Amino acid sequence: MMCDDARLLLHAYLDNELDAAQSVAIVRHMQACPSCAASYADYGQLREGMGRASLYRRAPDTLRKTWQTEKPVASTTPPARTRRAPLALAMAAGFAAAVIIATPLWLTSTHRTGDASQWADEAISSHIRSMQPQHLMDVVSTDQHTVKPWFDGKLDFSPRVKDLAGEGFPLVGGRLDALGGRSVAALIFKRHLHIINLYQWPVSSDDAVQITTQWHGYNAIQWTTGHMHFVAVSNVNESELHEFVLAFQNDSVTPPMR
Amino acid sequence: MPSDIHHPAAAFNRTSFEACVVPYLDAAYNLARWLARDDTDAQDVVQESMLRAFRYFHSFHGDDARVWLLAIVRNTFYSLRSKAAADAKHETFDDEAHTLIDEAPSPEARALISVDIQALQAALENLPHPLREVIVLRELEECSYKEIANITGQKIGTVMSRLARARERLKAELSSSSTEARRHDVR
Ligand SMILES: [Zn+2]
Repeated sequence: MMCDDARLLLHAYLDNELDAAQSVAIVRHMQACPSCAASYADYGQLREGMGRASLYRRAPDTLRKTWQTEKPVASTTPPARTRRAPLALAMAAGFAAAVIIATPLWLTSTHRTGDASQWADEAISSHIRSMQPQHLMDVVSTDQHTVKPWFDGKLDFSPRVKDLAGEGFPLVGGRLDALGGRSVAALIFKRHLHIINLYQWPVSSDDAVQITTQWHGYNAIQWTTGHMHFVAVSNVNESELHEFVLAFQNDSVTPPMR
Repeated sequence: MPSDIHHPAAAFNRTSFEACVVPYLDAAYNLARWLARDDTDAQDVVQESMLRAFRYFHSFHGDDARVWLLAIVRNTFYSLRSKAAADAKHETFDDEAHTLIDEAPSPEARALISVDIQALQAALENLPHPLREVIVLRELEECSYKEIANITGQKIGTVMSRLARARERLKAELSSSSTEARRHDVR
């Protein structure tokens, strides 16, 4: 793929409008082309900015009064939008399918397990795509006692879930995701108006040193503890992300739940 | 609901019109407001669009009321706009002339993170209508490319390239405005 094509297609990739083959092609190109990868990161930032800025203009009451009957109809809210998030689709078809539909790109890319920078790249790419409307969360809850059981039966491990609202990082939900062709748990936290994705999956290796990766305004911090590998990704600044990681690691053994 | 509307099957229509179309009043207003860039004009556009939608509701076959209504809003806006004397100049848009300008990323582009609401709003309002409508439908209304193509009567390929251009223009404008801001920022 040439840059001319990639510069157009990376938008369609960001919008989740490409099929599996095209997705593979665009991601391969971005892995080899820092310029297009940087553009992709910028448009991810732009989307986040637009999402934060509350630009949606709602109809004024005068219009509403004209078109709605005096007696409010039971359901005036539009029917729920059909989720285009591939994972929701795939969950019905079984999780193996989810991996293929959600992240086709990594199945074909040669993957060196344990390569920290590769995991960081994949996590950051996933973070950017998760900012797509309707894609961020499969379960929306600020209650860790709701989020944790939600993962039951959807993963082959039990993720660690904790709310960090007291530390300024409220838990807002969870999502199934796929990194490097394996299913992972993603927890979503907020920091003011920013989103932090925390990915986790079990590994055989022991505790490892913490690694920080920076990529076009995004930060990723990864570490391993208790045979679980974690990657935290966000566009909050590095010191805030460190603060988040410390808060999560602090007493990170959550009490067993029923 | 206006009481002066007369339609054969009005009683039946009124119920299903309220159930199908009225829930998308916010969607209609959001698109109208971003196209018109003015509260009063947007209200006029939506009012006229809802009247048209009610009048032609019998021709709606129940696929997607939101897409159907948004297409009416868009058509209504452009037809009212071309009637207005003050704004009579027709904005032509040459897809070929707006080539992709996004070369190597500049360091300024990184400043997007700190973009404020006013700058973003201004940048969005400064886009030409054909670019503004696709980005509003995509990012604010969360429409798919196919839905945007149906609403705007464009090919999906055109939707994709206009979306790319819209984002590039926004990025360029936000980058230069934040550079501007930094220049004034004496630290
Ligand atoms: Zn390239």
